[in-house]
Amino acid sequence: MDGTPEPAPDLTAPDPAAVDLTAVDLTAPFGGGTLPNPVSTASGCAGYGREIARFQPLAELGSITTRTIMPHPRAGQPTPRTAETPSGMLNAVGLPGVGVEHFVEHELPWLAERGARVLVSVAGERVEEFAEIARLLVGRPGVVGIEANLACPNHDNRGLAFGGNPATSYDVIAAVRETADPRIPVYAKLTPDVTSVTEIAAACVKAGADGLSMINTLLGMAVDTSTMRPALAGESGGLSGPAIRPVAVRCVYQVHAAMRSGAVPQVPIMGMGGIRSGLDALEFVLAGASGVAVGTAVFNDPSAPLRVLAELRAALAERGFSRFADAVGHAHRPS
Amino acid sequence: MAHPVQLQAELLELTPVGAYHRMVLRAPGVAERVRPGHFAALAVGGPESSMLLRRAFTIHRADPAAETVSLLVDARDRGARELLRYRPGDPVDLIAPLGTAFPLPAGPLTALLVAGDHGSAALFPLAELIRAGGGSVGFILGAATAARLYGVDQAQALTPDVLVTTEDGSSGIKGRATLPLAEALKAIGAEAVYSCGPMELLAEVTGIATDEGVRGFCAVQTDMACGIGVCLSCVLPAVGEDGVSRFVRACVEGPCFDGSRIRWSDLGSVPADLYGAVAMGASE
Repeated sequence: MDGTPEPAPDLTAPDPAAVDLTAVDLTAPFGGGTLPNPVSTASGCAGYGREIARFQPLAELGSITTRTIMPHPRAGQPTPRTAETPSGMLNAVGLPGVGVEHFVEHELPWLAERGARVLVSVAGERVEEFAEIARLLVGRPGVVGIEANLACPNHDNRGLAFGGNPATSYDVIAAVRETADPRIPVYAKLTPDVTSVTEIAAACVKAGADGLSMINTLLGMAVDTSTMRPALAGESGGLSGPAIRPVAVRCVYQVHAAMRSGAVPQVPIMGMGGIRSGLDALEFVLAGASGVAVGTAVFNDPSAPLRVLAELRAALAERGFSRFADAVGHAHRPS
Repeated sequence: MAHPVQLQAELLELTPVGAYHRMVLRAPGVAERVRPGHFAALAVGGPESSMLLRRAFTIHRADPAAETVSLLVDARDRGARELLRYRPGDPVDLIAPLGTAFPLPAGPLTALLVAGDHGSAALFPLAELIRAGGGSVGFILGAATAARLYGVDQAQALTPDVLVTTEDGSSGIKGRATLPLAEALKAIGAEAVYSCGPMELLAEVTGIATDEGVRGFCAVQTDMACGIGVCLSCVLPAVGEDGVSRFVRACVEGPCFDGSRIRWSDLGSVPADLYGAVAMGASE
């Protein structure tokens, strides 16, 4: 992000025993500030934190991204809601949740008490609903950022996702930025199901986004060959997991490249999509992500977020990085 | 919520039992906290496995002295079939105990335990607990075929009151497990019925128990993706103590429920009066 770092030593066969793991400064750019380390949880994959807190102390993660908070309690979609696919899964859960009022009264204080740094995923069916939730989060302890989930269906545009075009993406981010606490960053969560993710990224940054979360799930579908019907009650659903990692890395790389060239103003990117190990996370970092979020892997391994952090630290040390920030975008260095 | 542990358990034994396999795992720190109805969630394959979702299995037996738990694996799903390729000594990533166990009233209890297929696996430790508390049990073990029955001998070792049903008549009474249910409840003077098996069976058992004025508890068997309460795959519509219907998670609030709380006829739908249904477009 800030120019080309010193070339890292070429360690083709790193010797883990020979490296000092404690020496890596994991401080990660986040909005205009920093977090103690780059690892978060992806929205919808860690609930409001209570379940995964049984497997790792939440305060040790850089941040925890909540399930998407909407204005009112939502039941979500009927079952079946998920289906396993090769190296991934489909979900049509339907953004179920407790609603913003319950969240700020019961879930957020619980997270704050545990020292968790909370990136609150927010959505609404109208632009004003996004903005209203951002307003209700002003001054709440524990909140370190807002992530606007642009994949939410737009009530005023035939239920098409806000994030599907630059204009509606701009409207949401501008409205959230206006009402959100000015001290905390607003991230735009981008969908890959668009012609040009860079174009949407540019619109979001222009609207005032302090960071970009990339990527949301890809729209997919499976048909159950036993019942001979769609596998999900919602018919189509979001594809996640390692199966989508190459798509996610490509999106991060493209947008980071556009930032380096000046086509898009520079803001930190939170990379996500199929991260299961420290090396998966490192791929995103090298492609240009200043943070990484662990999503579907949590279903396989609830202790994955903290494990990924430890593995990422080791992977950075093995490659000679003493600062996490130096690895960000390293894949873009001149050959 | 139960406080589960995640560990690399060691596979000690994998033995065919009728249509199923019994899997015995060494899992230190788990067995002493298992109550009847708890389950375990197993990862399939190693860290590179293409099957990401955990498979949930009722804990059949838990032996604190031997530090083991045993599960019954039905190989009808590709993940379970993969688990059957494991060999003794192999590590198995296990999270247990999970879920809410069967509720048991204080004092001696006379209960009828009704199983469909390998649902019986959850009921034998429950039967032992009821008997240890001075109560008594009867069983109805039902399955489609004789091969899919599990544990008839284990039931008979606990009580003479064992009825067997198969849909094809290959063993016991020809018909479903619910066929002799009302009569069996009266015959043993049951105060409660506990059931485990397919959803249709649990719905019918609950209906008959309600008609007979007997409390009905059940352990649901439903697909889960994580087993720990985050993925929200396993939700069922249920009536809360406040009278409000909500989606509840089979993996956390269940798998053991008071059957009369489950809205069996609304499974697979979002009833219009469910908490949060309005936001999904249901009219108020």
